[in-house]
Amino acid sequence: MKPVREAAAPRGWGEGRTALDVAGIRADFPILKQQIHGKPLVYFDNAATSQKPQAVIDAVNRYYAAENANIHRGIHFLSELATAEYEEARARAKRFLNASDSREIIFVRGTTEGINLVAQSYGRRFIKGGDEIIISAMEHHSNIVPWQMLCEQVGACLRVVPINHDGEILLEEYERLLNDKTKLVSVAHVSNALGTINPVKQIVEMAHRRNVPVLLDGAQAVPHMKVDVQDLDCDFYAFSGHKLFGPTGIGILFGKAKHLEAMPPYQGGGDMISLVTFEKTHYNILPYKFEAGTPHIAGGIGLGAAIGYLEGIGLEAVSVYEQGLLAYATEALSSIKGLRIIGTAKEKAGVVSFVLDGVHPHDIGTVLDQEGVAIRAGHHCAMPVMQRFGVPATARASFAFYNTKEEVDILVRAIHKVIKVFS
Amino acid sequence: MSELSELYQEVILDHNKSPRNFHKLEGANRRADGYNPLCGDKVTIYIKLEGDVIKEISFEGSGCAISKASASMMTDALKGKSRAEAQALFDKVHKMLMGERDPKADSLELGKLAVLSGVCQFPARVKCASLSWHTSHAALKGEKEVTSTEIPGE
Repeated sequence: MKPVREAAAPRGWGEGRTALDVAGIRADFPILKQQIHGKPLVYFDNAATSQKPQAVIDAVNRYYAAENANIHRGIHFLSELATAEYEEARARAKRFLNASDSREIIFVRGTTEGINLVAQSYGRRFIKGGDEIIISAMEHHSNIVPWQMLCEQVGACLRVVPINHDGEILLEEYERLLNDKTKLVSVAHVSNALGTINPVKQIVEMAHRRNVPVLLDGAQAVPHMKVDVQDLDCDFYAFSGHKLFGPTGIGILFGKAKHLEAMPPYQGGGDMISLVTFEKTHYNILPYKFEAGTPHIAGGIGLGAAIGYLEGIGLEAVSVYEQGLLAYATEALSSIKGLRIIGTAKEKAGVVSFVLDGVHPHDIGTVLDQEGVAIRAGHHCAMPVMQRFGVPATARASFAFYNTKEEVDILVRAIHKVIKVFS
Repeated sequence: MSELSELYQEVILDHNKSPRNFHKLEGANRRADGYNPLCGDKVTIYIKLEGDVIKEISFEGSGCAISKASASMMTDALKGKSRAEAQALFDKVHKMLMGERDPKADSLELGKLAVLSGVCQFPARVKCASLSWHTSHAALKGEKEVTSTEIPGE
């Protein structure tokens, strides 16, 4: 195997780093230098997708410019190099999640595919008519619809844990829903629409007392905090590369080996087999059993670079910085007359969803855009959450470690402009 | 004039704040629901058709300023029109929203509705403005399905 090229160490790499060098970090993200409608870009749509540092862009470019070859098959230099880079990305994802084994790290297209894989492979093998699956009332559509599809296929029943008015899961209701028919629990680690950080360790413990496996949708958690799947003891954990400063179309599904071993393949094709005859096919070992066809190789390598970049900065420092930003933004936005924050959980990640008296979120989005401020306006692929709070949509500002308090000030001024337009 | 003030003209802000014909219509013999799944905007159009003429028309629903103002102005514009006249107006408005018309012709032929022409500068908002028009079209044709802005090929 050929040696893997080391990605350039990101800013802040090294010992003794305590606070974030945000100016230096911003310089690593070329997109942040541009102007939108003649104003500096303020990118507050990180929960939809994050921006990419130069290290990720370079890794993807380098693969296509100098390393492009198919993996796991070619007996030639480039194929071995591409394979080594791709597998190094898997190893990084394993370290990133603190999984015990690289075999437990499956490359998928994103969180959505990760959840669908578990629903269709684990679900169709182990969940039967009359069984129950538990999700929460704050799930993204991608953690609702795959289970509804499974329920329809096998005759199982979907149960939903309610949330309180702050947007927190009601654990006593969850306890009540857990029963002998429960065969799987699937909840968000962090809510994309509300920002709530769920007590997932406790949720896992409560399920495991009844031997019920738990899938965590980590799409909104991994960019903001250190995740340790062994400590959480979750059975599955899914996240998307593009929300973690990596490319779109690539993501990770972690699964405990004991489950993955027992599960049938999700898709059939090349790479997931060890021997094919017309009479019988033998499936490949983990993780390849779940990786049919040529994958998004550049995406995997780019995701590896993103993880490397993020590790260089340090997720602990990221968490501390973003909590400061969230507190600042929450206070600043709360002081705007007529503005109501939706999602006021005690434990929150950098997401502020809000509504403004008499102004539809879409109109907020358009006015803010003219000020160079990018936010999301809509139902955030979480229509049941909107229903729960009695709003058709919200405006959502979501932060990353490259955002600043000065940008929050620009947001606040822009919201005052919205109020002026619609007063 | 900036693009923003072209989009949110006084007339639009006024119709947003005080939408006309914004209620359920008793005795309506045509009705259709419209929905924009991208943003969650919902509109219900009620029409009382007498012979070939739109005797009365009203709407209900929730949406942004553009969708509400567009629906409100539409109800004003369609009242008293024949089906053929309504169809001709649909076509003109559709072209205006897509930026396919001469702005001068808009103000001559479309009157007040021409204020919606600023929407074509905001591609993400065109569907907000067109939702109620599509839905009225469906109501007049007597279609039962919910009209969605997300129709394949649209």
